[in-house]
Amino acid sequence: MKCAKAQSCFLRGAVFLAAGLTVGILVFLIGYILFKGVPHITPALFSLRYHTQNVSLFPAMISTVIMTALSLLIAVPFGVCSAVYLVEYASRGNRLVAVVRITAETLSGIPSIVYGLFGYLLFLLTLGWGYSLLAGAMTLSVMILPLMLRTTEEALKSVPDSYREGSFGLGAGRLRTVFRLVLPAALPGILSGIILSVGRIVGETAALIYTAGTVAHIPDNLFSSARTMSVHMYVLWNEGFHTGQSYATAVVLLVVVIALNALSALIARKIVRN
Amino acid sequence: MRKHRERLMQGVFLLCACVSILAVALICFFLFAGGLPAIGKIGVPEFLAGIRWKPSNDLYGILPMILGSICVTAGALVLGVPAGILTAAFLARFCPNALYRLVKPAVDLLAGIPSVVYGFFGLMVIVPAIRALWGGSGKSMLAASVMLGIMILPTVIGVSESAIRAVPESYYEGSLALGASHERSVFCCVLPAARSGILAAVILGVGRAVGETMAVIMVAGNQAVIPSGPLSGLRTLTANIVLEMGYAADLHRQALIATAVVLFVFILIINLVFSILKRRSAL
Repeated sequence: MKCAKAQSCFLRGAVFLAAGLTVGILVFLIGYILFKGVPHITPALFSLRYHTQNVSLFPAMISTVIMTALSLLIAVPFGVCSAVYLVEYASRGNRLVAVVRITAETLSGIPSIVYGLFGYLLFLLTLGWGYSLLAGAMTLSVMILPLMLRTTEEALKSVPDSYREGSFGLGAGRLRTVFRLVLPAALPGILSGIILSVGRIVGETAALIYTAGTVAHIPDNLFSSARTMSVHMYVLWNEGFHTGQSYATAVVLLVVVIALNALSALIARKIVRN
Repeated sequence: MRKHRERLMQGVFLLCACVSILAVALICFFLFAGGLPAIGKIGVPEFLAGIRWKPSNDLYGILPMILGSICVTAGALVLGVPAGILTAAFLARFCPNALYRLVKPAVDLLAGIPSVVYGFFGLMVIVPAIRALWGGSGKSMLAASVMLGIMILPTVIGVSESAIRAVPESYYEGSLALGASHERSVFCCVLPAARSGILAAVILGVGRAVGETMAVIMVAGNQAVIPSGPLSGLRTLTANIVLEMGYAADLHRQALIATAVVLFVFILIINLVFSILKRRSAL
């Protein structure tokens, strides 16, 4: 009897320890980066141009915003439309649906460096675009496609069938039902998918080094090379001189990620309440 | 008119659905077309089992990188999986509601932190700690394993938690009714029932660890030699591609693409195992 009690205590201790460790690591990581990085956030970090004397982060921030917008612009329509097909149009037991599911699952498991290499082979070597925003955004949009597809699919599935029946009953066609009723009802879920995608784009490095390149200036057009903040951090590490600026970049990245997570939690709460 | 539009849009949706099929097909085509000729030229045994990677001498053996990937992944599993499963058990069965609202977002946040930030953290904290404790440069298999162990935590926790939650409540209640304590019921009854889901979580963690690039490059040392111990530096398959793609040409470049092919095949196998397990556990 005593033995069983000791065992229970041990197990309980192990569980609490593990959970404490997980949270502890996170708190330590964020605390450490903030503590070391915040003093390095100076006005010079946000100057408009990048020099060797002043490795400004600002151009990378602009590039990150453009890259994110561009990738979403490509991936979201495809992701949402394919989810609409899978949920609203395809009949049960459709072979195509099974194939799409399998390929989407495969895509979501492919490491980002493989995407990067694929983008390099297709957009740079085959199509001859050179290191460019567009090549980077196309690569990233393939990468976030499965994420958009899955989140949208779940959002569409959670729309009650009574909405669709009511709409059909009133004489609306399938198309009108989808655009007027189902998609608006699924909007919060789709939005949370978009936020998750933004998080992945902002944090991505390996897929971008050989597609978008590492030029540290504000891009002129879609075919100029640009580095996002994560790539900026990687390049700074590679050059090996700018530890302070790396810390500062890490702080900015963390702030973005925390804000995105808070936003998606907010939306999730809204979905639950409805 | 309306009928036409319905038809048209259905076609558009169908085409969009085919994009992911197209993407997989293109990725396979470009990787295999780019990499297989190199494997043919170098020779399968020389490429896969060759222990020397010296592009300047036309020696392309990727065994050190394969072993490097396997070693850091194994290390990451040893460190990350027990902590991950226990945390999942905590979230699903031990956690009071108020605490759940704090711990769950923390785990989500852990998943959202960019890998360069992890790598930088590892470089600034883990590597110096290893250097101080055991000497050497600190950039080592151990550092990479600790780093990856942390990075796979959210994956393992997330999938395990839903697997544990999917176990019918009656298992737990039955165990309690037979006089087992809460802890015993969870560990001897609920967790074994969630076995295949938890295994799926581990497999997904393996996939993440094998595919991780940036964080590993920054802490692993990147020597292209077979690792001799936890404190020796090593290079993974992913690192090999990123480090040399920038200046590689001709056969060297093809050999790097072939490295990606090997990595891709690994990932496909891992994906396959994951989807089989997932189907079996009905997650």
